Amino acid sequence: MGAWAIAVHGGAGVDPNLPKERQEEAKRLLTRCLDIGISALRSNLPAIDVVELVVRELETDPLFNSGRGSALTENGTVEMEASIMDGPKRRCGAVSGLTTVKNPVSLARLVMDKTPHSYLAFAGAEEFARKQGVELVDNQYFITEDNVGMLKLAKEANSILFDYRIPTLGTCGGGAALESPIQMNGLPISVYAPETVGCVVVDKEGRCAAATSTGGLMNKMTGRIGDSPLIGSGTYACDLVAVSCTGEGEAIIRSTLAREVAAVMEYKGLNLHEAVDYVIKYRLDEGKAGLIAVSKNGEVACGFNTTGMFRGCATEDGFMEVGVW
Amino acid sequence: MGWAIAIHGGAGDIPLSLPPEKRLPREAGLRRCLEVGIAALKARNHPLDVVELVVRELENHPNFNAGKGSVLTTSGTVEMEASIMDGKTMKCGAVSGVSTVVNAISLARLVMEKTPHIYLAFDGAEAFAREQGLETVEMSHFITPENIERLKQAQEADRVQIDYTQPIQKETPKDAAVADGDSQIGTVGCVAVDNEGNLATATSTGGLVNKMVGRIGDTPVIGAGTYANHLCAVSATGRGEAIIRGTVARDVAAVMEFKGISLKEAAAYVIDRVPPGTAGLITVSSTGEITMPFNTTGMFRACATEDGYSEIAIWDSPSK
Repeated sequence: MGAWAIAVHGGAGVDPNLPKERQEEAKRLLTRCLDIGISALRSNLPAIDVVELVVRELETDPLFNSGRGSALTENGTVEMEASIMDGPKRRCGAVSGLTTVKNPVSLARLVMDKTPHSYLAFAGAEEFARKQGVELVDNQYFITEDNVGMLKLAKEANSILFDYRIPTLGTCGGGAALESPIQMNGLPISVYAPETVGCVVVDKEGRCAAATSTGGLMNKMTGRIGDSPLIGSGTYACDLVAVSCTGEGEAIIRSTLAREVAAVMEYKGLNLHEAVDYVIKYRLDEGKAGLIAVSKNGEVACGFNTTGMFRGCATEDGFMEVGVW
Repeated sequence: MGWAIAIHGGAGDIPLSLPPEKRLPREAGLRRCLEVGIAALKARNHPLDVVELVVRELENHPNFNAGKGSVLTTSGTVEMEASIMDGKTMKCGAVSGVSTVVNAISLARLVMEKTPHIYLAFDGAEAFAREQGLETVEMSHFITPENIERLKQAQEADRVQIDYTQPIQKETPKDAAVADGDSQIGTVGCVAVDNEGNLATATSTGGLVNKMVGRIGDTPVIGAGTYANHLCAVSATGRGEAIIRGTVARDVAAVMEFKGISLKEAAAYVIDRVPPGTAGLITVSSTGEITMPFNTTGMFRACATEDGYSEIAIWDSPSK
């Protein structure tokens, strides 16, 4: 029997000026989610159940950008997406365009378990949710004041993007204007909300699973689908490894990032850490992203080429780490 | 080295007893679309333009499962999806849940070129199409009597059919049932390379007969049904769920690169690893090679190279 391992993330691409209290809040949430996952693993829950459980927790907490606290579309609404994959047999489920489903990752699981399909979206997904009796709420539930403010800034930033100026957030004067020009997905980092949450797990039987959930890109066009629900891009799991990605969605899709980690392990014989390093270094071109991964041997790894990634990981031998930078 | 092009009209359980009145129009369609592609390559059009052009032709042809002639959802509606990818830049575009846009592949291209995104779906995709002034029509434009019949039979048999699967016969086939047992129609796709090694791929479909409303298959999922990089361009067809799980299109290129094997070996390797009867693909390499493997009974396909070779086929060819 092998050893379990778990990793969680709350998004890649963090504002270097993020206030200390927010960083601490994030670390507390990541720790809590790790503890939930660890407890489940100790009770011998299979990997697929653990990832769903942990991502539900991340969706429910408004701090990160998924479920409640999701980034807003250009119309000020929330459209959520998620995917889940079970390494053995590579079963998978995904959803997009959810507006009333309280826990998108659980609907993705139901698509995997209860339909002959892998991916349902928009009205069809919502209808399926109704028929399955999952918890539904008003779209308002997901919208936070923070994000309403962020959307406004994002729209302003788009109109003055070429100046690389970050709109002043407070009452201070011109000093803020020439802060770091870090951008992700066309938005200044102070406005860009790390988009996604995810969890990867390997249980004692060596089964790997991954799940990812998001509200998507701030100010996105309505109907825009990112990497999170796309198997092979934002999420992937097979016999060897489970991966969940976060960052610039379009870059992750173009590089099929999650599958890439598994492919270099499978076809080039790299181990987990080598694979993660290789993929982040060489497969993203100008894209900015991060990922977490576990292998069937109980290893855990994360990599990112962004300024920070909210993450936490733990292994059965007692190792545990939560970080932002 | 010269240009090369391959097209498909879907893989599946195409019966060898397919009657001429079902076979000939599809062969003619493949021939015509291939000629359109060849002419475009000869005129030195970029492969991205070539694959879009050819897939538009295939979408407009009512005997293939894309655009007009798309199979129907369980509600009797049409929800089309498509994707396109450029091998050199790796830019890509995809759409799903399109019900009124005459050419979904062109909408996918506009997503790629005119938005900061890669993938738009349902209402958002439809709204974008209108903003861009693309040709839109009533959904009834896409619906053919054959597909209304296919849906009816699928619902009676109470199963979801892949492009060409024979429906389960609960009793001895009557004439109508035999007619239904003819080739179902499938996803369409085109891959092309010019004589400079620029690669492109495009795939388009109506999906699965009797699919749940809102179901998305492999076609718009980059890495599953469609993929191109500097090594090869791939378009897959068959059982969407298996192609997604198998990241089929991406794997052809990955296996070539990481295992250092040829296009033909890589494509065969990938097809071998999806369950029998579930997939086929067409692919061209940057050096002008073509291969079109499938593990179904047949796959409507055609290809041509600059040195004059061309082929149109449905079932196994002797030198596969």
